[in-house]
Amino acid sequence: MVNITINGNAIQVPSGTTVLRAAEQAGITIPTLCDHPDLHPFGGCRLCVVEVQGARLPMASCTLPVNEGMVVTTESPALTKSRRTILELLMSNYYDSGYKDGQKETTQFMRWVKHYGISVKKAQAPAPRYPVNSDPNPVIWVDMNKCILCTRCVRACAEIQGRFVWSQGGRGFNTRIVAGAETTMLEARCETCGACVAFCPTGALDNRLSMGAGKPSTVVTTTCAYCGVGCQIDLNVKDNHIIRVTSNPDASVNGMAMCVKGRYGYDYVHHPERLSKPQVRRYLLKGEPKPKASAGANPGENSDPLWDWVETDWDTALRITAEKIAQARDQHGADSVGVLTSAKCTNEVNYLMNKFTRQVVGTNNIDHCARL
Amino acid sequence: MDVTKNRIEDRNIPEIVKAAIEKHGNGRDALIPVLSEINAALGYIPAQAIAEVRRQVHDPSRQVYVNESQLYSMVSFYQMLSTKPRGRHVVKFCESAPCHVVGGRQVWQALEDELKLKNGETSADGKWSLVTTSCLGICSVGPVILIDEDVYGNVTPKEVSEILAKYD
Amino acid sequence: MKTVRSLILVSEDEASNRLGARTLFQNLQDALQEFDLQEEVMLSTITDIGRSDALPLVIVYPEAVVYGPVRPEDAHYLIEEHLYKGRVAEDLLAPIRQLSGRIAWLRARKGTLPAEKRVVLRRAGRIDPESIDDYIINDGYLALGKALTKMTPAEVIAEIDKSGLQGRGGAGFPVGRKWSFVAGASGSPKYVVCNADESEPGTFKDRLIMEGDPFALVEAITLAGYAVGANTGYIYIRGEYALAYQRLENAIEQATAYGMLGENIFDSGFSFHIHMHAGAGAYVCGEETALLESLEGKRGEPRSRPPYPVTHGLWGKPTLVNNVETLANTLAIICNGAQWYRSLGTLSSPGTKVYTIMGQVNAPGVIEVPMGITLREVISIYARGMKPGSTFKLAQTGGSSGSIIPASLQDTPMDFESFRKAGVSLGSGALLICDETTCIVDLAKVLLQFFRFESCGKCTPCRVGTQRAYEILKRITEGQATLDDLDEFPRLAGQMEQTSNCGLGQSAAVPLRDILKYFRAEVEAHIRLGVCPAGVCPMTVERESAQTKTPVLAPA
Repeated sequence: MVNITINGNAIQVPSGTTVLRAAEQAGITIPTLCDHPDLHPFGGCRLCVVEVQGARLPMASCTLPVNEGMVVTTESPALTKSRRTILELLMSNYYDSGYKDGQKETTQFMRWVKHYGISVKKAQAPAPRYPVNSDPNPVIWVDMNKCILCTRCVRACAEIQGRFVWSQGGRGFNTRIVAGAETTMLEARCETCGACVAFCPTGALDNRLSMGAGKPSTVVTTTCAYCGVGCQIDLNVKDNHIIRVTSNPDASVNGMAMCVKGRYGYDYVHHPERLSKPQVRRYLLKGEPKPKASAGANPGENSDPLWDWVETDWDTALRITAEKIAQARDQHGADSVGVLTSAKCTNEVNYLMNKFTRQVVGTNNIDHCARL
Repeated sequence: MDVTKNRIEDRNIPEIVKAAIEKHGNGRDALIPVLSEINAALGYIPAQAIAEVRRQVHDPSRQVYVNESQLYSMVSFYQMLSTKPRGRHVVKFCESAPCHVVGGRQVWQALEDELKLKNGETSADGKWSLVTTSCLGICSVGPVILIDEDVYGNVTPKEVSEILAKYD
Repeated sequence: MKTVRSLILVSEDEASNRLGARTLFQNLQDALQEFDLQEEVMLSTITDIGRSDALPLVIVYPEAVVYGPVRPEDAHYLIEEHLYKGRVAEDLLAPIRQLSGRIAWLRARKGTLPAEKRVVLRRAGRIDPESIDDYIINDGYLALGKALTKMTPAEVIAEIDKSGLQGRGGAGFPVGRKWSFVAGASGSPKYVVCNADESEPGTFKDRLIMEGDPFALVEAITLAGYAVGANTGYIYIRGEYALAYQRLENAIEQATAYGMLGENIFDSGFSFHIHMHAGAGAYVCGEETALLESLEGKRGEPRSRPPYPVTHGLWGKPTLVNNVETLANTLAIICNGAQWYRSLGTLSSPGTKVYTIMGQVNAPGVIEVPMGITLREVISIYARGMKPGSTFKLAQTGGSSGSIIPASLQDTPMDFESFRKAGVSLGSGALLICDETTCIVDLAKVLLQFFRFESCGKCTPCRVGTQRAYEILKRITEGQATLDDLDEFPRLAGQMEQTSNCGLGQSAAVPLRDILKYFRAEVEAHIRLGVCPAGVCPMTVERESAQTKTPVLAPA
């Protein structure tokens, strides 16, 4: 363990910890933009500079490892001035074209800009440098006029997703974030997972499906329904509608990561044809024999009203299912029954299905939809 | 421009990349020499060449990981590598202070006027590209211009057209 | 530069010229020819010599005799008496009391002659750079032989440490200390990387060493490897230096064939290999951590420090990064001893320094002289004075990352300590000498144009700060600026100095400070009066140049 002092507080942290993380542990907030706890430190924005006793110049706390006996000050008039200037420099290259964005809340960048009392109108660039909405990606909105080159998108894509879609192109003032060899995101092997959007602190990358949707009235943390991984996700709900899905940084399984389905595949929730109650064929509910198909009808089509789907309760639906499985096993043997379980189920559910099939039904006929 | 385009399509990019890798190695540390070699062979580094370098260098079994976005990022970072086609002759003008104070500004003006190009542009017939460069290390004879591999020192605005006339 | 027995300096300033200094100079030249002395005696001018009632002055070295006032018609007599017959022309001596402090100071340099002291350039131009035999005949491999057979690595480092050698790349870090850090660092393997990415505008000293004496660099890297415990060396050379690359490659090949590189060198059990690595055009790669990134095949973005390369360098291993000139110095130190090295230069900055001289002087070129000579001496003696009709206005030292030095500071001894005290940077040894035709705003604009183009773009203060500063300077040259704009310079400069990730952003702040510190009146004239005193700036909006065009991403 290493002993350091931050703003007069004596703190003990493991060696190798950065000053920024040590300050966090002590409940001290240092303004940051390019830093993210899930990503490798970058040290580019220089907002997080702190004063270190004995050092000639302020140092970036996000990349500075702690040293025994280090004495750090995170707030001073000089640091405030420095941070304000950094934000003004970033603002001088930022342009908000005025469209309604898809953000859940005020962006991290704008929060710091406001915190340091900078007027967006006065400080922002006189004109945009790049076309707004510059990438045809179906779910990700790109407006590089809001980019501050923190490279969180680059690192999220490389370090978390392993896709390497984004990188920095050019150098100096002409540095810009580019996809692949300056092509579109999809051509650069983008899987549209939206990790870059989740990590972007400015709204340069945004959720296209949520543009103009506004702020949520409630945020519901839930488990993604798509697969057995069990990612924790935050549903942003407004007027009883999901307006976007955001990462829950505290999610123990997936952290900030999500796949395209979890982040963008939520429209099925509000689909008019979505099943919200169990349904069974009328003949099953009435306990009648299966109606014969009418002449000339396509397979699966039957005009007989007994063939219709009818809403029912879970107990009834399960009872009928159990009876039918038992009937098939008893009449035709256990191997006449087969079970196909789903990738949307959790591991636990799949384990139970396995046990049910082999021990209760007594067959090895079980498979899974994710087998390819 | 079409002239250059046709030329690129005629070239066997996989072979050129292979030759560059054979000469400089297939490790991550060989990437800049390899890319420089390809740039010299093709005049620039087209997207196909970037894809080809990734194909031939990326090899998890040797723990060499490269991908196209990183390669493009490198190519666009280094001044001697180009992501865009360049003319048959590239005129590089040193715009650093030592050349500037001994008359460089006027020479640049003459180059722009003579070639009817601005910095970074390539002429429509694919003959000329005009770029500025940082110091070339031949400052005692400034102003300096470099055309392809030929160095011209102590250049005066009057000499510019004469020098350009040597190239076809 | 040729060796001469005497040097004559003629004062050249407004007052002297009015009193016939130009004609005097011409007459002195004629007289030297008449006595057939033009090969042995050098004639040059000296400017800004302060107030004196004895103008024009003529100073003759090595005796440091000051004559004045000398009329044009005295020229023949003066040459005949002093240079031909060898006695002081008493009747023309300047009355001591009438001499300014500066001239009195010049007189204190009695006994010195314009002689170069070549240490690192001693073989350049005198041997065949492609022949190892020629190199060995000219004392090549003496240092490595001595080190490998008679000295332990610790003794080598101790000798370098005692010599007081400081890094010649610009920062002046003590070399012995750096070597001992790497030698003492845990972790293996260790590497030696020679920083030959010489991109500082106006600097080509390393090129001359590499082209003229490539074997010396190969030997020095091997020596450094032995001292710090490395078996692999890299030469990171800038991509533009094709000839230097070829010569070094050839030198490595021949040295390997002779057993001076490779396994078990001199039967000492020490093995060493050197790899060449060419850059691809990025100034920032001269910064040591950016260089290491580039060597690893990445964008040349400087790393965050700490940790430093001495413990976490190439591939995360302890790495010694030294400049070409620095390494070249070590050979002479091992051969001749630290004591000898300390006899050169000044107490705090021993040794010699290679300077490249450019600008409005009669003899631009390269010199190697002991540390501690002054800018005035460089201009008057080594550069043979300002060009006819030019008056020294300012010098830009050390390339873009150096300082702008006004004429008033030209008597500051050029060594690391004196320069540090004066708040200027010695940098890489480039000396750009400018006259009154150089506009300070225009010069600063060119420098900032360089920085904004060469910035890696990683950190905010450098990437955006250089651009904003450039825009303001451009506005000043176009007559579009206000006095409020000038307040932005200290603010931007402070931000860049304090919070940039590497030296590039910190250096970019220097011109912003210097122009207001030394040339505020000239800058304000642009704004208040709408005129460029040097007549350089257009003072109207220039046509849009392609460089300011913004990049546009592929539209949707």
